[in-house]
Amino acid sequence: MTPTREEFHNALIERHGAENQKKFDKATVAICGLGGLGSNIAICLARAGVGKLILIDFDKVDITNLHRQQYKAAQVGMPKAQALSDNLKEINPYITIETHNTKVTEENVIELTKDADLVCEAFDKAENKAMLVNAILENAPEKYLVSSSGMAGFGSANLIKTKKISKRFFLSGDSVSDVNDGIGLISSRVMVCAAHEAHMALRILMGETET
Amino acid sequence: MVKINGEEYQYENKQLTAVLEELNYDKARIAVEINEEIVPKVCYDATVLKDGDIVEVVSFVGGG
Repeated sequence: MTPTREEFHNALIERHGAENQKKFDKATVAICGLGGLGSNIAICLARAGVGKLILIDFDKVDITNLHRQQYKAAQVGMPKAQALSDNLKEINPYITIETHNTKVTEENVIELTKDADLVCEAFDKAENKAMLVNAILENAPEKYLVSSSGMAGFGSANLIKTKKISKRFFLSGDSVSDVNDGIGLISSRVMVCAAHEAHMALRILMGETET
Repeated sequence: MVKINGEEYQYENKQLTAVLEELNYDKARIAVEINEEIVPKVCYDATVLKDGDIVEVVSFVGGG
């Protein structure tokens, strides 16, 4: 049986402490890109009881996504934003979710993320990552930004780190493992990087802004 | 002397665009901060590095 809102919230407080949970409750996080990184980040944050997630992706669930992205076989063909929202609501029925089935561009990124305290960059292509990071740092410098670069292949998971680039800008990954070098994306290593991003996001929301 | 990603270079008084080209960065895949302030892409040509500048070039690779 699904726990009541109060039961659910009390369980979160038991794990995180009341003070931290209060901060997570009132936080809004935007996740740009709902692939291997974004779908895993979203699950971490939904489980932690972050109050509101803004999920943005233009794409549909593809069969080739199932090896590392948090979708189910029966969801192939569904818009990722909707499919992920459904999955998150099963995990945490009390979370608020805003979905955007749209491509993030330089023109719409500020509007799409305007309600977010923190933005997680979770794209696949290097050019898109750079576009989002530049757009947020230039036009929304009050927001925290957690981005990522380098998580492809079977290399050691221990090479994945989170660095603080500047006051509100953090970068997870090994910085070098490029999917374009033909090394593929492996579920476990992408999840390590996603967990780094999600964990940094939670730490920032708690008020801890050192890596 | 300027610092780029922790390394020292004699790039003072040099245009940012020229420095990025010399270091083989792909402008479409980077974000540049000087002294913790983002440099908008449209300003790369007009930005000249000064002695003591701390430059971070975040260069993205694919995968996610």
